[in-house]
Order: sequence, then structure tokens, then C-alpha cells
Amino acid sequence: MASNNKLPPIPGTTPFDGEQAKKGYALNKMCFSFNTADNRAEFLKDEEAYMRKYGLTEPQAAAIRAKNVLQLIAAGGNAYYLAKFAGIFGLDMQDIGAQQTGMTKEQFKAKLVAAGQ
Amino acid sequence: MAQLIGCIGTSHIPAIGGAIHKGIQQDPYWKPFFDGFPPIRQWLGEKKPDVIVIFYNDHGLNFFLDKMPTFAVGAAPQYVNSDEGWGIPSLEPLKGEVDLSWQIINTLIDKEFDIVSCQEMLVDHACSLPLKLLYPEGNYPVNVVPICINTVQFPLPKASRVYAMGKAVGEAIAAWDSSKTVAIIGSGGLSHQLDGERAGFINKEFDLQFLESLLTNPEWATQFSIHELVEKSGTQGVELLNWLAMRAALTAGTGCGVRKVHSNYHIPISNTATGLLALEKTD
Repeated sequence: MASNNKLPPIPGTTPFDGEQAKKGYALNKMCFSFNTADNRAEFLKDEEAYMRKYGLTEPQAAAIRAKNVLQLIAAGGNAYYLAKFAGIFGLDMQDIGAQQTGMTKEQFKAKLVAAGQ
Repeated sequence: MAQLIGCIGTSHIPAIGGAIHKGIQQDPYWKPFFDGFPPIRQWLGEKKPDVIVIFYNDHGLNFFLDKMPTFAVGAAPQYVNSDEGWGIPSLEPLKGEVDLSWQIINTLIDKEFDIVSCQEMLVDHACSLPLKLLYPEGNYPVNVVPICINTVQFPLPKASRVYAMGKAVGEAIAAWDSSKTVAIIGSGGLSHQLDGERAGFINKEFDLQFLESLLTNPEWATQFSIHELVEKSGTQGVELLNWLAMRAALTAGTGCGVRKVHSNYHIPISNTATGLLALEKTD
């Protein structure tokens, strides 16, 4: 039986729980495959065919096409696996952070520096 | 019996591997991070541990969501790093200390921690980078036992459970019939969050409290639920569980005195507040 004790939400945060893990399984499995260079190359050669091979849902496929991290999380993506997808395109964690927070990369980096002051 | 000498907690951001590869440790961005390590390397050079037990979390190299152990203990003669998919260079393999692995496995099961044992196990940057940071010349003079804690898929083990597991590992080491000396690494953190609209979240006040607690009140963080730890330290800041297990291991034995060898705290490296702390066991 699932727990009925809902925890208070943490704004801007989606804990990767059983619900997310179930929803995101195909997406995360595809991203896990990107540990291998051959798989990264195969994805880049034909993204649609590669997504079909892993059985991505339509929202997952749409989020991959858009390279939209918030949509990928909503579709069940986990940060650690999504980072392997981002790496294919040379995106670093400040690119990812800027996209999710609606900032420029420079603004996002400034926010990080400010956290230390 | 084996002797436990102390512990080192350190961050393990993948970008550190890129910086080492490029040789830019003294660039202004990286210098405040890398400058924390020489005093700890000097201490290790004096203490010369034979074995390092490392608490870390896998980021999707060895473990996928198909099989996700809460606690997994390595029992392999060698641990290989491999392509992690985000463009950081792979680091050299680590040599295992199989006898201690089984001492820990047997002790943990006896103490009712139903862990997974792994005779083959890839180790990711969370395991390989701390060794490279502590022994930058490579050809590591230590064997390792990696212990992986699930910080990826909720439910994560409670902080209190992680603490108890870490203490049991310390007891296993103290009872190991060996003349070898052992150090512990806790890998990860400190506060950071990669995902969601709260990406870039860092909590300096909490981190500094946590670091202080490891010196004076090691059980402090066990008062918090995982949900509270995520709220206070970020979705990936919860990697502090690895530090908690590390510190708990030092409480095994007749006393639990420690002295601080060195510490460092710097914001930011990548999206992370970096922490570094070495403690020597004094009893």
C-alpha cells in the first residue's frame, strides 16, 4: 500500500521517488545507455529511431527533442541520467541550471558565487 | 587487529576530473578548492594507511534503476572506472582489499544490515576522484573497499540507519584480524541541487553546521528526515549521508575522540558547495 502521508512539497524540487522512477523508466534507461560511445553515436545518427528502441512515451520524446530539462524531469527523468544526455551536447551543469531557472548562464553563475558570500 | 586511523570527507564533482586532466588546478577558479588538499596529503604521507574504505554513491555507472541496492559492499580484487557518458576522462583502476570486504560483509549481515555484495563492480567518479585528489601522482599506495549508499532513488536510507551502518563498518574494521591500517573516505556533497527550478540551491549555514557537528556531535544530522535533509542541503546535497557513515565508523571501539587535521569549504565549484575535512582518530 502506498503511503498516504504526503510530505510538504519543497518548492522547485521533485524528489525522485517510486512514482517518478516508474514514470521515467524508459527515459532513464535510454540515458543510462549513453555511458557507451557507440550508443551516443547511434542516438545522434537517428534520434527518433533510438527513442523508439527504448520505448519512450510521447511526453518523454517531446522533452528530448526540445532538450528541455524541466519537461524531462516532469516526464520522470532523473538528474544523474539526464546529465549523460546533456553531455552529448556539451552542456554543463551551469547551462542546465540556467535553463531550469530561466536565467542566463552568467546570471546563474553569479547566483552560485553569491551563495558563498 | 587492524587500526583505524581517521577519515577524509570530500566533494566529488565530475568537473574536478576535467580540471585535473587539463592541469588547471592553480587557475583562480580552481585554486581555492585544490589548495585544501596538500595538508591532508601530508598527513596521509605520515600515517600511510594500507586500506581505504570509501562510502560513496553511484551516479548511474554500475547501478541502474533495474536493480538499486540501498547499501552495496564491493568485494572485488579490482575496481575499474569507465565512460560515464559526460565527457570526463576515466581514471586508473583501484585495487581491492578482498579480505576486509568479506570481514565487513560478514559483520554487517551479522548486525542485521542486509547489504548486497558485489564481486564485480564498476566505480564512478565518486569513488575514483577522491583517490586521485589524495594521491595525485597515481599508482595508489592503498587498497580499497567501496561501499555504495543509494542517494539516487527514494526512499533513501534514513540518516540514523546510515549512521548505524557506518558504525558497524567501523566495528568490522576494528575486529579485522590484520596488522593493516585503515582510513575512511566519505565522498559527496556538500549542499547542491542540479534539478528543478531550485537548481543552484546552496545552503552555507547548514553546511557549516554539519561540518562542525562532525567534530563535536557526530549524530547531529541523524535528527533530520531525508525529506528535511533534501530541503536543507538540496536533492544532491543529501550525499552528505556518505560523510555521516564515514564519521560514524570512527565511533567504533573504546573511545571516539577525534582531532581535526584540516578542513576547507569553498563555494562554488560547478553548482556545488565543496567541503573537505580530515579527522584523525585519537583514542
